[in-house]
Amino acid sequence: MRVKYFAWVRERIGISEEMVDPPAAVRTVDDLIGWLSERGETYAYAFEKPKVIRAAIDHTHVKSDAMISGAREIAFFPPMTGG
Amino acid sequence: MTAAATIRIQQADFDIAQEIAALTKGRSDVGAVVTFSGICRGSENGEPIAALTLEHYPGMAEAEIKRHTDEAMSRWPLTGLTVVHRVGRITPGENIVLVLAASAHRQAAFQAAEFLMDYLKANAPFWKREESAKGTSWIDARGHDDDAAARWTKS
Repeated sequence: MRVKYFAWVRERIGISEEMVDPPAAVRTVDDLIGWLSERGETYAYAFEKPKVIRAAIDHTHVKSDAMISGAREIAFFPPMTGG
Repeated sequence: MTAAATIRIQQADFDIAQEIAALTKGRSDVGAVVTFSGICRGSENGEPIAALTLEHYPGMAEAEIKRHTDEAMSRWPLTGLTVVHRVGRITPGENIVLVLAASAHRQAAFQAAEFLMDYLKANAPFWKREESAKGTSWIDARGHDDDAAARWTKS
């Protein structure tokens, strides 16, 4: 699946998107945040406060307990500040 | 009559008069157009800023705005809706966002415009970074924007 990062999540990780293939045990958005956090310091820094992070699956907002199976694109970003 | 919303995300500025004309020209069923335009302030929390840079999530931003314009269309008898959101670097005094709601009568237009802005603030994937004498920093989300959006939820 494709993972995209925006705003300070993108800046902390250092890339805007990547393809990932997490193991089957990674079932929810929360699980994916935990799995990504173990990939290195930049990820751990970006996800240091997981409750602040918002997520979207295939362009729709989801909660952290949402299942990720079948997702084509998952995005992580801070709370929105548009308008 | 079912109207379609116009949704655009662009770097360029917008012309409010031209956008209003697009909703009213050649028709006689529009009695009210409510305009909200959001403008870049020259200070944030009392500190002067040089500019804002707006980032968005292409694809999702359009989809999320469309979900909200669809809901506005279903809740109020509107003849037209326009949402234009700028991205990129914007300096104080420049336009950031435009919402136009057109209807036969003013009440629906006022309510739809306010509903759309409250939802865009809390749910549309845009992020503002400010430039000031101290450097650049991402603007924090405000809790009251979530509260403003929540009051439109049907109980």
